[in-house]
Amino acid sequence: MINEDTIVALATPSGAGAIAVIRLSGKEAITLADNHFKSVSGKKLSKQKTHTIHLGHVIDDKRVIDEVLVSIFKDPNSYTGENVVELSCHGSIYIQQEIIQLFLRNGCRMANAGEFTLRAFLNGKLDLSQAEAVADLIASDNEASHQIAMQQMRGGFSSEIAKLREELLNFASLIELELDFAEEDVEFADRSQFKDLIERITFVLKRLIDSFAVGNVIKNGIPVAIVGEPNVGKSTLLNALLNEERAIVSDIAGTTRDTIEDELVIEGIGFRFIDTAGIRETKDVVESIGIKKTFEKMEKAQVVVLLFSAEEFKTESKRLKVEIEKIKNKFPLKPLLIIANKVDVLNDSEREALHSEFENIHLLSAKTGVGVDTLKKKLIGFVNTGALRNNETIVTNTRHYDSLLKAFEEVQKVKSGLESGLSGDLLAIDIRQALYYFGEITGEITNDDLLGNIFANFCIGK
Amino acid sequence: MFNDVYDVIVVGAGHAGSEAAAAAANMGSKTLLVTMNLQNIAQMSCNPAMGGIAKGQIVREIDALGGYSGIVSDTSAIQFKMLNKSKGPAMWSPRVQSDRMRFAEDWRLLLEQTPNLDFYQEMVSGLLIEKNKVVGVKTSLGIEIKGKSVVLTNGTFLNGLIHIGDKNFGGGRAGEKAATGITEQLVSLGFDSGRMKTGTPPRVDGRSLDYSKMIEQPGDENPEKFSYLDITKPLEKQRSCHMTYTSEQVHDLLRQGFDRSPMFNGRIKSLGPRYCPSIEDKINRFADKDRHQLFIEPEGWNTVEVYVNGFSTSLPEDVQFKALKSVVGFENVKFFRPGYAIEYDYFPPTQLKHTLETKLVEGLYFAGQINGTTGYEEAASQGLMAGINASLKVQEKESFTLKRDEAYIGVLIDDLITKGTEEPYRMFTSRAEYRTLLRQDNADLRLTPKGYELGLASEKRLRRMEEKHEAAEKFVAFFETTSVKPEDINPILEANNSSPVNQSGKLFKIFSRPNIDMADVRKIDSVETYIQDHNLDREVIEQAEIQVKYSGYIAKEKNNADKLSRLEYVKIPENFDYSEIKSMSFEAREKLKKVQPTTVSQASRISGVSPNDISVLLVYMGR
Repeated sequence: MINEDTIVALATPSGAGAIAVIRLSGKEAITLADNHFKSVSGKKLSKQKTHTIHLGHVIDDKRVIDEVLVSIFKDPNSYTGENVVELSCHGSIYIQQEIIQLFLRNGCRMANAGEFTLRAFLNGKLDLSQAEAVADLIASDNEASHQIAMQQMRGGFSSEIAKLREELLNFASLIELELDFAEEDVEFADRSQFKDLIERITFVLKRLIDSFAVGNVIKNGIPVAIVGEPNVGKSTLLNALLNEERAIVSDIAGTTRDTIEDELVIEGIGFRFIDTAGIRETKDVVESIGIKKTFEKMEKAQVVVLLFSAEEFKTESKRLKVEIEKIKNKFPLKPLLIIANKVDVLNDSEREALHSEFENIHLLSAKTGVGVDTLKKKLIGFVNTGALRNNETIVTNTRHYDSLLKAFEEVQKVKSGLESGLSGDLLAIDIRQALYYFGEITGEITNDDLLGNIFANFCIGK
Repeated sequence: MFNDVYDVIVVGAGHAGSEAAAAAANMGSKTLLVTMNLQNIAQMSCNPAMGGIAKGQIVREIDALGGYSGIVSDTSAIQFKMLNKSKGPAMWSPRVQSDRMRFAEDWRLLLEQTPNLDFYQEMVSGLLIEKNKVVGVKTSLGIEIKGKSVVLTNGTFLNGLIHIGDKNFGGGRAGEKAATGITEQLVSLGFDSGRMKTGTPPRVDGRSLDYSKMIEQPGDENPEKFSYLDITKPLEKQRSCHMTYTSEQVHDLLRQGFDRSPMFNGRIKSLGPRYCPSIEDKINRFADKDRHQLFIEPEGWNTVEVYVNGFSTSLPEDVQFKALKSVVGFENVKFFRPGYAIEYDYFPPTQLKHTLETKLVEGLYFAGQINGTTGYEEAASQGLMAGINASLKVQEKESFTLKRDEAYIGVLIDDLITKGTEEPYRMFTSRAEYRTLLRQDNADLRLTPKGYELGLASEKRLRRMEEKHEAAEKFVAFFETTSVKPEDINPILEANNSSPVNQSGKLFKIFSRPNIDMADVRKIDSVETYIQDHNLDREVIEQAEIQVKYSGYIAKEKNNADKLSRLEYVKIPENFDYSEIKSMSFEAREKLKKVQPTTVSQASRISGVSPNDISVLLVYMGR
């Protein structure tokens, strides 16, 4: 089987690491890599022998993205049997995504689950017994991507697309209706309504694409304000979180951060922790300024973590309740996580008392590690339930991003077709393509959908 | 009486059977056409028309391959219309109103002139089968006729049951008896069978209608025709149809009979086509519509019988009569015969291969309504394909199939055998992924070379096609290479609200603009001169216009089709064991087991099989 297009994907596990490998495979792999690679020796990759490694920079126009090592493997002596380029870049998620997006914008397509292996098969690089082993791998890969899709769905992203797809499908049906049943007494698709729909779709697609392109999530991490008195164990908590995940150091120019910050990545989503002082009422002028600053930081954060030590709960539960109410009143929409640290000093009945007194309290011991994993799950849960960004949807999946870009492109063609009064059958070509890309995100689409829709809603047939 | 062994025996002589017999005989197979009544060859059991949207394209395809439907449609036409002319060329759909009696007569005469073809009138009541291979047929008189292959085209006759109100009786068509025996035998061999329903409206006496109260619907001013051959000519005179509407009063009268309607009282259980509903279904399901269109179609040049299209019904005849009488223009209506519904047996077509041969019995082919389709055109095209493949099989040659981007016939058969159908299947352009490629104007280019290779399309057909397309290509090249000056083109552009040009440019670019058509560019001297010098006919000019104006879209669809067709080359071995593939969804495994697709591409079109399942399958196919 001849695959004409060149595919790209991350070859190492997703998430941050010391280095990451991005793989390109396809006829144009070396040429495309050449377009965005400047080797230190000044040589072109296309002039190099197979199985050689080259040091240089990945360049987007004039901007240097990263210093990388490039390995080239020429057809047929590669994993897939096609021309393959492997870029070893630095492991930050930001750099990974920048490089992948650079290639997506310039002639590559996002690889489907298991597509490298698939190509390896189709080009006869693996035999049948190997095939069975890899089939298992691919199945698990699908399960993983399915999970991501499910998370996205909970975040409202998929349902937003599904809704748009349905509206577009309705219009496509109307267009098909006037094509296939021109002789019948049916209403025609209202072009001005259609233009409105296309405008709306354009707007939503743009927002979704931007949510990725701006990359608030992936680029900068989600800002989390940790509010607590100096002695409640903030740094121990951060260390406990960081010990298990690898910290990434941001070197993005122009981003100024005002407080001590730490970043960590949980399940591929970056979180940026902002340390703040507590908000205990005080008459001290200096401390009052501190409280004002704390509120400002909470304002900017997407999630607020209120950290107390377990002892405080015992002695000052009244004050804590006041503080919790204060935050809730000030930021009613902001996700708030109340954490009791140092729970290792409590006995079972004391823990239960805590639970009954404070709703949704999270018990944790940064020292022993109890509750740290649950905390991570809760944080990632905010992303997946859409509690962040005031319910605005975020696209984090590069495959979805790829589909969105293509859908956007097709929708723009529909738009210009509508403006020039293009006939329905030709409009339908672009609409179908757009539906196809929506379908890549939400599931399958077949032509039967269109006909079913027509028969369900219109009286047709002589 | 029958000592010889036939190569191909065709059972049934409707649209499918007639095409099947003609194709097999023309390909040199010794062929027998057996039917219950030789007076009723190629009957139009429903409306007197051929073609229409998507269906017209099919007739053109049949003609391009060397079938007879296009020729007979031309010789028996009383009106021609190119539907959807205001839309893009993929939507242009030819349709004729036909002289019903002449249509059947012309078919019969053409078949009689076909070499290698014998006829016999008898009901076939069973198949002769040895070791899962068909060896002939048995008639109701007990005669055994030997054949190497059999094409079944039974239409609505298998256990046909006609309903009019609360009365019902066995029959294959009004006034003709049903066929029995075949379903039972096939089921005992392991075939699945089901029931379908269709209906037809009353036929009335045209002399009893007041056409002055109706809207006249004449044919096209410049009629075209179906056949690519020049043995048929466009119509010089035509007959009009008429249109009128039902009313609330008509609906009320019809409702009074609902309790005696076999549709509503549960007597008819099988599913009818959603796109061809009966009038009672229309007023029931779309209660908010206060009127429905009725088309009054003449049944021929001379007959007074007319067909009331849109009034298909199985209500009691007295209700039909009373309701129709209150339709504007029908005040004095006289019935020839009432409308009726008919239930009949079909065999879910997922039991077939792409060649229309059954998976269970070698040498046995199904075509037409027996496969769950509806429509003369759908039936005829299947008959053609079954006849071709039966013939090829007997001659031990490679089978012949058409892909989805090659013909509507390819879409039709692939849909049937891959997805099956629950309701009578009719073709729509929206069923085709690549309809911009499947146009009525290029069916010859797509299919005549294939028909010629099969020995069906004549050399003359091939030459005509080549000449037409060569002339069109040259004309397109003329547009690509010829420049036009601003002073010559700007007045034309301005007249069409198209922005003027500043400097000379190629005609092709101007012509590609959305609001510029052939009539506009012909105002340029060089274009008109070229047409006159090369003596270009309408077809060539039209072809060139399509190539210029829609080249972008055609190229885009071609590209999409090519991308998809890669999977077409990944074959799945016969009897592949899907239960082994645990990483595939259970539903997908079940569906794949049932359909047994031959390529991964076909597998991907089965509902319930997801892209993920396909990836896994591809891995297992790991070439």
